[in-house]
Amino acid sequence: MTSHDLSALPDDALLDRLQYGAFSYFNDYVNVENGLVADTSRAGSPCSIAVVGFALSCYPVAVKNGWMPRARAVARTLTALRFFWNSPQNEQPGATGYKGFYYHFLDMTAGQRVWRCELSFVDTALLLAGILTAGCYFDGDGDETEIRALADALYRRVDWQWARNDGATLAQGWKPECGFLHYGWEGYNEATILYILALGSPDRPLAPASFANWSCTYQWENLLGQDVLYSGPLFTHLFSHAWVDFRGIQDEFMREKRWDYFKNSQNTIAMHREYGARNPRGFAGYGRNFWGITAGDGPANQDIRRNHKDRRFFGYMSRGVPYGPDDGTISPWAMLATLPFCAEQALEGTRHLLRTYPQICTSDRFSSGFNPTLRENGEGWLSKGWYGLDQGLLVMMIENHRTGLIWNILRACPYVRAGLNRAGFTGGWL
Amino acid sequence: MAITPPPARPDSVEQKELLDKVRPPDEKHPQPKPVYDLAVVGAGPAGLAAVDSATALGLSVALIERNRLGGNSLNAGSIPSKAIIGTARVFAAMCGAEEFGALSPAEPRADFGAVMNRMRRIRARIAEYHSAHRLRAAGVDIFFGDARFMRSNVLAVDKTRLTFKKALIATGARSYPCDIPGLEAIGYQTSETIFDLTALPRRLAVIGGGPLGCELAQAFCRLGSHVNLIQNNPKFLPDEERDAAELLSWALSRDGVETRLNTTVTGARMENGVKWLDTVNNEIKCYLEADEILLSIGRIPNVESLCLEKASIAFAPGRGITVDDFLCTTNPLVYAAGDVCMDRKFTNAAEASARMAVRNAFTGRRKRRSHLMIPWCTFCDPEIAHIGMHVREAREKGIPVKTFTVMMGDVDRAIVDGQDDGFVKIHVKEGTDTILGATIVASRASEMINEMSVVMSAGMGMRALANVLHTYPAQSEAIRLAALACARDQAGRDVIFPPINGGQEQ
Repeated sequence: MTSHDLSALPDDALLDRLQYGAFSYFNDYVNVENGLVADTSRAGSPCSIAVVGFALSCYPVAVKNGWMPRARAVARTLTALRFFWNSPQNEQPGATGYKGFYYHFLDMTAGQRVWRCELSFVDTALLLAGILTAGCYFDGDGDETEIRALADALYRRVDWQWARNDGATLAQGWKPECGFLHYGWEGYNEATILYILALGSPDRPLAPASFANWSCTYQWENLLGQDVLYSGPLFTHLFSHAWVDFRGIQDEFMREKRWDYFKNSQNTIAMHREYGARNPRGFAGYGRNFWGITAGDGPANQDIRRNHKDRRFFGYMSRGVPYGPDDGTISPWAMLATLPFCAEQALEGTRHLLRTYPQICTSDRFSSGFNPTLRENGEGWLSKGWYGLDQGLLVMMIENHRTGLIWNILRACPYVRAGLNRAGFTGGWL
Repeated sequence: MAITPPPARPDSVEQKELLDKVRPPDEKHPQPKPVYDLAVVGAGPAGLAAVDSATALGLSVALIERNRLGGNSLNAGSIPSKAIIGTARVFAAMCGAEEFGALSPAEPRADFGAVMNRMRRIRARIAEYHSAHRLRAAGVDIFFGDARFMRSNVLAVDKTRLTFKKALIATGARSYPCDIPGLEAIGYQTSETIFDLTALPRRLAVIGGGPLGCELAQAFCRLGSHVNLIQNNPKFLPDEERDAAELLSWALSRDGVETRLNTTVTGARMENGVKWLDTVNNEIKCYLEADEILLSIGRIPNVESLCLEKASIAFAPGRGITVDDFLCTTNPLVYAAGDVCMDRKFTNAAEASARMAVRNAFTGRRKRRSHLMIPWCTFCDPEIAHIGMHVREAREKGIPVKTFTVMMGDVDRAIVDGQDDGFVKIHVKEGTDTILGATIVASRASEMINEMSVVMSAGMGMRALANVLHTYPAQSEAIRLAALACARDQAGRDVIFPPINGGQEQ
């Protein structure tokens, strides 16, 4: 069945296909010896710890949907947790992690840091969110007991206070060669899950004032006719929501606005659609059913002028709306990932993509980036292969939309509840 | 006051014309009056504004200047930089002429000598308004030389003593000194020297991503230099809002500036006649070569040679003279204004603070500097202008703030002009139509922000602003659209606004 044919399927059948297609990435690109999962499907790709976090969150979905026997899901989860627990944690450049955090990219086999990458605090949070999901979901005896124990130990080992670098808010990362990265978290973004986990730990937690200091940098804006807590890239409005059900719960900022983060994602999506319709830079394809400007692969720096316009194209980067950067590249998976927030628009846009540009979905998996403005061989530029983050987010968002499985698992997680409470969240299911 | 005079250019008619006005040759001290109502130290924008205010009040004034009348702004700051930026804009327009249907010139090339001569002509023309003969005609006694305090009410210029009832220190600021190992030895430019270049550098390295660094990096790049812009912060213009700074970052790289954020220059050296800078970004070491290096890492107040302690005037090294909210120093007879004491080192702030200081010193109508509403602008393309509070500042004060944003890409005139990069953001106290501040990124943000300055100074709210007629099409329509969005937000989307009546609310 071609992607074009996919678009003709009824909603449930379409979601079945695309959700399973996305999940199968974790079967195809996992190292079953250590549980690590490749960042991308490209040859030689290292592991991304965030992708492992998504994979660990998706195994319960696979069990529930009958894609994977529980025992295999337990085995794969346990393998990954044992790897992270036993891998070296120290200041040496070749270690796997330090202070309970992990390096962003690891060698798929040896599990050591690669590319001289940073000890990534947010990617560690995404990994831990997956670990806690596993720890809450697998409630049986035997190996499942060990999963729970390891999940607890891995989470509680993290020194969140150290990650402040004596500042008011969290740093973004650390390198053994130069210490803490200079970048901080400014403005609303995907770091909400990082703060919640950092606040909720019984051991070396972040102080609540730290979250208040971060939220002090928020921008509440009326943009393209929508009221939004602004953050440009679409994924920043999705990642934390893959685990935490923000419907009806409010922190101090949202109480002041009589709003919540879930509604904020809805309004942001409306803003992205409006931006697509206005298409201020005149990119090919843009419209109310062609959006999804976010972090993803791109055509890389090919400077050209076309139709008298400055056209610069970027590689993998975080693109945003409306301030940019925007080079005409969208992430084809992004519209469907908004399913819990605006099902009708998500499906309408996804079907439009599948019908008009069937090449963006192969083996029932969406590519990371697509740019119809930059034409290659008569077609728009298309990212090769698949990225694990995209696939994991899609599996979780489709599941949350259909059953709320991940949301319900994490609602029961005491650390997540504690983190939300310490961040000042009240109301709703809390 | 501490500006090192650029080398004289005897071959330049414009230079001679300039000096005749701002530093006449063979100028001798006038016979001093027994006591001056006001002694002004420094003849930059603050000093000249103070003189203007004082003479308008009928006061006797002594003006002391070490170098040239007009100060940094005229001689080595706002005026020369904007003249060169103006030329660079023309070059950029020529490069983009095709979009407007014009046949693009093959490759516009700069006649750098002509560019600099234009700048000098402009500077000489504007100098007329700051000239020595005009000041003398207004009754001002001008003393060229180094000023120093002898005691609390006496200044000396060379051997001449000037007794005053009140004094104003307006000595300005100079480029922050270099602390990069090796840089001093290989030589570098600052804002005080770069306008005397005689040839366009093939490769220019700009150290510092503040306003002047960004402005000149873009201008020289547009004129044809290969420019590296090195900033040790994760963003350019650290004092501006993130979205504005990021938009500038994209504009700079669009124009071909090689931007190196979060990068520190660790050393400088000369090899085979070429200047090299060593840099580090996180732990990654790098190096780059340059024909000229512009150091633009901030400004430091000029206080060192004034013997302030003899007049009991307190100052903080690197931060300038200590003043209270009325601009009075720790010596009740002496005030300060402009860059020497203000955090915001802008020409308009210098002039406004000087006028305020004179009023505070001589009239009963005292004003606070904390009440000054100072708009400012970075003159890149697009320009970045701001007034009032930033969002973060408001939130830190516990003020609920909502921003109404209009993208220039949604403004008819900006689309027509092909100048649709940027936005207008107006920050409002949420639930009211009270304007807290505004940031504008637009081709002529420096002009547009003045509307916000008028509106905020008049205490006008967003609802009233929404009903003020603007010409159509105009880029400032973006301001009205933002106000309209706010008004609708408060009134409910279905409200039909009353007919507009001369800009007044019904």
